[in-house]
Amino acid sequence: MKQEGKQAIWSEYQKEIADDKYFYVRSCIRQNFFPGSEVAFLRILRDVLKKDVYEHPCHTTCSGIGYHSDVVPVETAMTVVARQFALMTEAGYTNYVPSCITSFGLYTEIIETWHHFPEVEEKVRQKLKEATGREFEIPGNLAHASDIIYKFRKEIAAKAKFKLINKNTGEPLKVVDHIGCHYAKMFPSKGVGGAEYPYVLAGMIEEWGGQVIDYPERRHCCGFGFRQYLVQANRGFSVACSKEKFESMKPFKPDMIITNCPGCPMFLDRWQYVINEMEGTRYGQNGEGIPVFTYEEVAGLVLGFDPWDLGLQMHQTDCEPLLDKIGIEYSPEDKYNTTVNSLSEKHSSLINV
Amino acid sequence: MSKHVVVIGGGVAGLEAAGRLSREGLDVSLLEKDSITGGHLNRWFKLFPDRRDSSEVKDYLEGLTHANNVKLFTNVTIEKLNRDKDHFSVLTNDGKELIADAVVVATGFDLFKSSRKEEYGYGIYDNVITSADLEDMFRKGEITAADGTVPKKIGIVHCVGSRDEKAGNLYCSKLCCVTAVKQAIEIREHYPESTLFCFYMDMRMGGAYYEEMYREAQEVWSVNFIRGKVSEASETIDKKVVIKVEDTLAGRPLKMTLDLLILMAGMEMSEGGIKLAGLAGLKTGDNRFFEATDHHFGSNKSNVEGLFYAGTCTSPMNITETISHARAAVSEVVDYLKNS
Amino acid sequence: MEKFGFFISKGRQINYDSNDRSIAEYIYEREPSFRRCIECGGCSATCTTGSMTKFSLRELHILIKRGENDKVMESLKKCMLCGKCILVCPRGVNTRNIVVLAKQAFQKSAAYAI
Repeated sequence: MKQEGKQAIWSEYQKEIADDKYFYVRSCIRQNFFPGSEVAFLRILRDVLKKDVYEHPCHTTCSGIGYHSDVVPVETAMTVVARQFALMTEAGYTNYVPSCITSFGLYTEIIETWHHFPEVEEKVRQKLKEATGREFEIPGNLAHASDIIYKFRKEIAAKAKFKLINKNTGEPLKVVDHIGCHYAKMFPSKGVGGAEYPYVLAGMIEEWGGQVIDYPERRHCCGFGFRQYLVQANRGFSVACSKEKFESMKPFKPDMIITNCPGCPMFLDRWQYVINEMEGTRYGQNGEGIPVFTYEEVAGLVLGFDPWDLGLQMHQTDCEPLLDKIGIEYSPEDKYNTTVNSLSEKHSSLINV
Repeated sequence: MSKHVVVIGGGVAGLEAAGRLSREGLDVSLLEKDSITGGHLNRWFKLFPDRRDSSEVKDYLEGLTHANNVKLFTNVTIEKLNRDKDHFSVLTNDGKELIADAVVVATGFDLFKSSRKEEYGYGIYDNVITSADLEDMFRKGEITAADGTVPKKIGIVHCVGSRDEKAGNLYCSKLCCVTAVKQAIEIREHYPESTLFCFYMDMRMGGAYYEEMYREAQEVWSVNFIRGKVSEASETIDKKVVIKVEDTLAGRPLKMTLDLLILMAGMEMSEGGIKLAGLAGLKTGDNRFFEATDHHFGSNKSNVEGLFYAGTCTSPMNITETISHARAAVSEVVDYLKNS
Repeated sequence: MEKFGFFISKGRQINYDSNDRSIAEYIYEREPSFRRCIECGGCSATCTTGSMTKFSLRELHILIKRGENDKVMESLKKCMLCGKCILVCPRGVNTRNIVVLAKQAFQKSAAYAI
């Protein structure tokens, strides 16, 4: 592998990422899957980096999950998205930051569609006005939340308490980066590093001391794919996709997987349990699984956040082996202790405005 | 005083045109951007379909120019090219001004930059190389994987940068299929133990003895042909290349691990040609090659009177066609000068 | 497995690395014209069986070459060995003999019970 070849591609796919005043919109499903991640994003942006991040209480689903499950027509999705943009406009923001990859993909797709078909945009403006009385501006800057963390990866590294290094061996941890399909496959120019060799997570891993693993099935979908998972009869297809990836990455002995999509960490995490139940196979070292993280969780760990505040107890594949490798201290008895202070009490930054 | 013709480009077309024009009694200056003439012949080892050494063709062409006293200028690029009344003024990077009665543009082609097909990982994965890299290996007489070992399973990808909207090239480069067949046979000759796979979209063997060579590759050299466009390459922990392709004739996706993957880079309008088109106001087509005034009977004529095209600056051609096209350009120049 | 209500799907990719191509090798050795096939489909178009049942001699050739042997065994039985395919082949492939040899190869191979 020649790193300079990748660097040449990365230099071609640089995108503009706003540096402050973000209108942040959450994902429908992440709050159930990995509830600590979005909270960690807000803590990092507001407390650590001192950025202005605004969350609107009236924000709803972008309807992308319905669009990609074939139950919401694109015109409907567009009008829902137009309403989110209206909320941003009304709040006085122009930098739109979705937490979800599919939202990011849908927003990109819709803005691009409106660019090529202004009559569609006009119709959506009209329908939104009729239905809600709202008007909107198209965001001046659209960046996925992982783009924001990528942008500040060096600042995070400068404040880091831990590195992605095995404290026993001193070697960099071997990290698999998995990018959500809707991040750059639809519009390669909208993703940091493009679609074939995305750099958004690789950049964080490098900056925080880890070593990126490039394995043959790196570009393969995690298997979520919406209708594959949502319909029970299709789940065999979903789990087979994850399995294909695990089989392919196994020889590289990865220490961890890091992802930037709502669905990917969920499926890469949960399917390890299912595959083990069905076939008795584990893909990590010493009979363990490969811990799977969101990029916010990893940023939080690097910054020294408490693992249970990050919601790592919600992972089905245990994270403790990785915490031990890095040398992060944690209290095993507090893992599922819900009586510890709630996050919103601990961190006033989580309350909007 | 004899009339002066400037030939731009010292590859196959330029050498043939310069030598022939000179033989017609004209005063000829040949400008070449590199330090030596021969163009792409310098990089290719053996030629299809007869597998003769490329140096034989080069010797013929250079012999022709030497015997006829062509004035050769190497390491020269064009800074300005203007037509004033009935003559051309050609300004070079080293400050020379050449006054010519006619100009032959023979700027040739560039090989498609295979790194632009990002999904194949050329310049990233150790064992992904191009057809040109393989010719270098043939010349050295050593075909090896990146770690110096003998490659056993070898894949060849056709149409890299050709017939590909994503690469910005809708046209067929014509010569990559036959190059693939030639190179597959050469590898098999070199390493009888190797297994070869050609991944093609269509086999376009439209030249004398091309189809026969394809048949020979199958029957005598056991080269496997799989119809499908390779969609991506990736690297295993031991630096082998995994490819994904649809075996379209089986109707199923196929996955295979290879020791070496060779990309058949297509032909593109040269950068020098594009620059010259801008300098001299020459028309180019949608495929970016120079556009001649008539596809059927004016394939050497440009939109500027007295300026003619020779060879692959107008479209992909093999050597036979390039030499014929250069000779046709000579005939156009002679006609033009007689009547002007 | 029952507790999940689904199974892990098997991929439909042809895995060229692990497939057994001994049947193809057996035929190549004895009928070199097998290598000359260009998959034009002339044989399948003229095939009586192919027009009445789901059988394609062209596809059969590919499946043998790729080592998809389970599918080959299933398909082989359908050929009536009439030989019409040989008449139309532009590459002079002895198509009939390929079917005969494939059957032979399976019979001789310990890995396939026929």
